[in-house]
This record gives sequence, C-alpha cells and structure tokens, in this order.
Amino acid sequence: MAAPVQRWSCVGKRWVLTYVDGGSRHGRGAAIGFTSRRKRGQSSVAQQPLITAQKSRKGEHEWAAVVGLEIHAQISSNSKLFSGSQVHFAAPPNSLVSFFDASLPGTLPVLNRRCVEAAVMTGLALNCRINKKSLFDRKHYFYADLPAGYQITQQRLPIAVNGSLAYSVCVGKKPSQVSTKTVRIKQIQLEQDSGKSLHDEPRSQTLIDLNRAGVGLLEVVLEPDMSCGEEAASAVRELQLILQALGTSQANMAAGRSLVTLRRHFQRGGDGSPAETQEGQLRVDANISVHHPGEPLGVRTEVKNLNSARFLAKAIDFEIERQIHELENGRKILNETRSFDYKLGCTMPMRDKEGKQDYRFMPEPNLPPLLLHDTASLPPGADPQQVINIDWIRERLPELPSETREKLIQQYGMLPEHSFALLNEVGLLEFFQNVIKETRAEPKKVTSWVLNIFLGFLKQQNLTVNESPVTPSALAELLNLLDRKAISSSAAKQVFEELWQSKGKTPSQIVSEKKLELMQDQEALERVCHTVMEGHPQVVMDVKRGNPRAINKLIGLVRKATLSRADPTVIKKILERKLSS
Amino acid sequence: MSSLLSASSALREDALRRLKREMRARAVKLGLRSWMGWRRGLTSKADPQRSGRVTAEVIEHLERLALVDFGSQEAVARLEKAIAFADRLRAVDTDGVEPMESVLEDRCLYLRSDNVVEGNCAEVLLQNAHRVVEEYFVAPPGNISLPKQDEQEPFSHN
Repeated sequence: MAAPVQRWSCVGKRWVLTYVDGGSRHGRGAAIGFTSRRKRGQSSVAQQPLITAQKSRKGEHEWAAVVGLEIHAQISSNSKLFSGSQVHFAAPPNSLVSFFDASLPGTLPVLNRRCVEAAVMTGLALNCRINKKSLFDRKHYFYADLPAGYQITQQRLPIAVNGSLAYSVCVGKKPSQVSTKTVRIKQIQLEQDSGKSLHDEPRSQTLIDLNRAGVGLLEVVLEPDMSCGEEAASAVRELQLILQALGTSQANMAAGRSLVTLRRHFQRGGDGSPAETQEGQLRVDANISVHHPGEPLGVRTEVKNLNSARFLAKAIDFEIERQIHELENGRKILNETRSFDYKLGCTMPMRDKEGKQDYRFMPEPNLPPLLLHDTASLPPGADPQQVINIDWIRERLPELPSETREKLIQQYGMLPEHSFALLNEVGLLEFFQNVIKETRAEPKKVTSWVLNIFLGFLKQQNLTVNESPVTPSALAELLNLLDRKAISSSAAKQVFEELWQSKGKTPSQIVSEKKLELMQDQEALERVCHTVMEGHPQVVMDVKRGNPRAINKLIGLVRKATLSRADPTVIKKILERKLSS
Repeated sequence: MSSLLSASSALREDALRRLKREMRARAVKLGLRSWMGWRRGLTSKADPQRSGRVTAEVIEHLERLALVDFGSQEAVARLEKAIAFADRLRAVDTDGVEPMESVLEDRCLYLRSDNVVEGNCAEVLLQNAHRVVEEYFVAPPGNISLPKQDEQEPFSHN
C-alpha cells in the first residue's frame, strides 16, 4: 500500500484536508487528480478510506465550495423554435435548414407553440412562477456556427423564474442513508441552439452544419446552492428524469465521450469522413468558486463542455480541488472559462475566450412580448391556437418522478432507495409493474428479484431493459413457482439463468427438464432425514446436548442428500420432530 | 507631427499612430488650417455636463465587438455627433412613465403550430457559400481575433 497522501475531500458540506490511502490515486503528474470510482448515489467519503480524518498540516483549513449550474436541454419538438425546419439528429448536413436558420436577409422568426408549452410545463414542474409576459432579446457574439451573429434568447424577462428542484444525495456509507436537498432555480428561458462546427485542424478549416441551428433550447439556471460534484450530478440526474417524464426533452447526455461542441477536436474516420459522436440533448456548464466558511464568496470560474453524466461530478470536483490548491499556495483564481478534458481528467483554460465577453444584449425587434394566460384572464372568443392557458397545462402535467417514487413506497412498502433504483433505469419501472400484475408473489420479493438479479444480469451484459431476453411474464411465472414453494430459492436462480440463455422456454418447462422441483413427497423426505440422522450419530448427539448450530449441519446434510430439492424449513421441522421424539 | 502629438494628449499614442498614417496621406490634400480646426474641435467638445469624447479604448472595444473598422477620424467624429444628437432625448421628462419594450409591444405574438414545413434545400443554401466541403459550409478555424493596435495596417475604405 502506498504511503498516505493528503487530499481535499468533501465531508458534509465542507472540504477538508484529509489523509487518504495513496494507492487510490491515478498518476497524473502535477495536476491534482481526484479518483472518481464512486457509483452514482454514493458519497465520495464512502469510497476513499480515511486513515486520519481532518488532520491538516496548516492549522484549521476548511473550505466551502459553491457550484451553480446552467443546463441547456434541447426541446423535444417536431420543428425548430423560430422556423419550420425539422428537428432531427441524424440527417445529411444542412438538409434541415430553412432560410431563417441560415440567416438569409429578409427572414423573420415565428415562434413555435410547442416550445412555449414545453417551457411552461417545465416551469410548473419545477415550482416556478410563470411570467405572464416574457420578452425576447438578442445576444451578440461572432462564431461561424451562429450565422446571424446573434442568438435569440430571453435575458430581460424569462418565461419562468424562482423555482426549486429537490434531489437526493447519499450522506453516509449505506445506500439507505439519503437526504433530500433542494436547489433553487433562478430562471428558465427559451433560446436558440447554434449549429455544429467540426474542426479540421490539419486542413486549418472548420466545417459548419446548420441542422442544429435554431433548435429550441430550455436553459435552466440553478443557483449556487450545491457544494460538490456529487450534489451537482444528483441534481442534474433528477432534472433529467423530470424532463423525460414531462416529455419536454429527451435529456440524454452524451454516452461517456464528450460531445463535439464549439471548441473540441474530433477524430477523422479512416476514409477521411468526420466521425460523429452521439448527440446529447442535455448540456451542462458549471460555475464554481471556493471560500472559507463565513467569508464572502470567492472568484468563480466557468467550466464548459460538461456533457457527460459520468464526468460531471469528476470535473466539478477537480476544479474545486484546483482552486483550493491555487489559493492555498497564495495564488489567485482568475475569472475565466475553462473546459474539461475528459482524457486527462482535468480542466484547462479555453484559449478562445479573451477577457470578459460583452454580448451587447438588445431587445429582439421582430418579436412582440410573449403573453400567457390563465383561466381567469383568458380573452373571450380568442382563437385557442393562439392562446396558451397556464392552468390548462397545469391540469395536464404528467406524474413527476418524485410522485411516482412516493406511490411505490406507499403501495408496496418499498424502501426509498429501491424506488430510486427502479426509476433510474429506462423501462425498469414498467417491467416491474408488469411482473407485479402477473404474479402472486409479494412485492418485496418482486422488488428484490428485479433490482438484484434481473438488473444484475442486464448490467453484466450491458443490455437495456428492452433488450432483455426474459419477459415480465416469464419472471412472474418463475416467482409464482417460488411463491408456491414448488422450487427452492437457489433452484429459482438456476432457472432464471437458464431463462436468460435460452429463449422461448417457460420456467415450468425448465424446472421439469432439469428436475428442479422441490420434493413434495413428505414421506420420502422423512426417510432421507432418518437416513442422515442414522449416518451421523455424533451430530445428533450435539443437537440433543443443546448445540443450536448443530441442527443446521444436519439440515445441510439432508439438503445435500436431496440434491437441494428440499425446502430447508420443512427439513428443519421434520428433524426437530424426530429429534424430540 | 510632434505638435500634433503634444496637442492631442487625450488620445492614446498608439491609437494616434494609426490615425497618423491616414493623416499623412491626407496632409497633402488638407491644409494645415483644417488640421488645427479638427484638433480644436475634438478637444473643445467638453460639454460641462457630459464630455462628448469617445476615447480610443471605447473605439477599440467597439471595433472588436462589432467587427467594424472606424479607421478614420471622420468616422469617430461622426459617432460623437450621433451620440450628441441622441443625448437630446435626456431632455424629455420620463418620470412615472413605463419604458417601452419594443414598437411591437401592443401586437400579438403569432404562435405557429409544431409542423415541419421548411428545410431540404441544402443545395440552394450552399450556393451562397464561398467554399463548400461535402455539403458543409467551410469557415476559418476558431475565432479570428482582430490584430492588436500596433500590428494593424492602415485600412482602406471600400
């Protein structure tokens, strides 16, 4: 084991210098690495073995970090925010572009109703106040993938403000120790997405595809109420689930690899064609600063390009540690923009951003204010197509993840962490509910089987719920057999494995094929017990002398003799009866 | 030239160097009297309430943001005149009056239904492009930053 190293760790809401087992660190040169071996939902403290807690070299050094997030979610709609061209990921370059998206002179923006409804739904789900009047503005900056030279956004008066998002973080080593935290939502606004630039370094050029230019985005601004990467990742996860439940955004982050964004390079395929990574509908920027508790907030840096769920927490924690390290060594933090290099695991300053950007916000002259109504203020005789009623939308909000979890806990007596796990995987809840419908087994049994065994198999083979070879009916049937005590628990697991490999066979078929049925013949079982007792007089003596554990040994022997086809509780009853006679 | 330098102490020297080149070319055409008039005009703009001067830092900042080249002292003077003209708005008493958001604020914002009605015109759009690679527009890499003050060549106006 390597010598213990000092590392900044998040303990509760504070960052303290702790001694940590040095063997857990990746070799990364001068950069302070932060190993992120934690699975989602577990605190960083649980993963790092603290050898000596909170013993710092330089006296009382405690740091508090604040993390604010700006999340851009692509609205799930057929057409773009201000034009009628299609929203779709995979399409030939520049084929989903209208004249307005290409910013040709004489074109004007026309607002998409669906995008406004999506924004209102999201605002209501996040407990925001919906502004009955909101305004559109232009945000000017020059970049090749922004053909107009400005982005239409809502800076002065966004569509929704002052909401909250509740999420859960692990506070202890056990998965059951979760606490609910809240982060305030500053605002939600509608804005346009920019096109995509693919950088071609060798040929010193950038290729521009405007298919994405003009797609509607929901920007959700979270106040700096979070204190570490863990909390930020949990908040983002909960927001993802909410957006997916509402149907306002598919909210998929890039799978592991970073997106091709404004300032990233990409690998060219063998035939010279640019290789595309998976499109992410959710992009996150973080604003991070550190300060001593009780003192004013420190200088913040913005970390962009956090588009992968896996690296979100890692990047934020790295940046916090970097800032602490800089300040501890007497240096200052610059108010700059950084990006996260997922390969190196560290944040780097972005070269393109020189100093503070001046976006020259101005009102969008081509769009009147956006007016929303509620049932009370609905103008009489208005065209329903042209009017948006907030109350109407509120009544039709789908069930939010937090409600679903609460229902599961109430209905099935489930533990909260299980309800989280069920909602965490796409399709798993539906699978669970289908099994429940068809089985007589207890919900707790079903929960345990779905979350431990079924999910375990899925993860092992990296499959989604939809790709599972075992159907809900098959599992339901298996659990019925188990419930009826027709097979033992270990036999059930065998059957499950068999079900996984061979499609088309039902559990009953497998049970009869492999002769896994529990012995129902009471007399035969009694005979076996008798034989075993005769064969092991010493053990029988131990039991009669009062050794409680000896009976288990007998049970084990009987089980072996019956090739695990006997129910241990029944064996125990028979043995006890025999022994007492 | 040295008299010019000492007289226009308000302008930054490096900004002046740029204008110098321009002025050298025009010195042949303009008489010295016009130069003095211009200098006096610039330095005596002092309005007691608010100086009408637009400093070279501001000019540089605006040029960088808007990718516009002010190149000549005429353009700067024109800008200052425009600002002075607009400043007359301050004479209006706006106490208790709600600011207007836009001239369209009484109009209805039309809401379009979410149907796909446009697109599929890559060929037409790409016709406008100077360079095209496999149906992508081609742009220079990254952001082109403006050259620094001292590196700048005198711009020719088109």
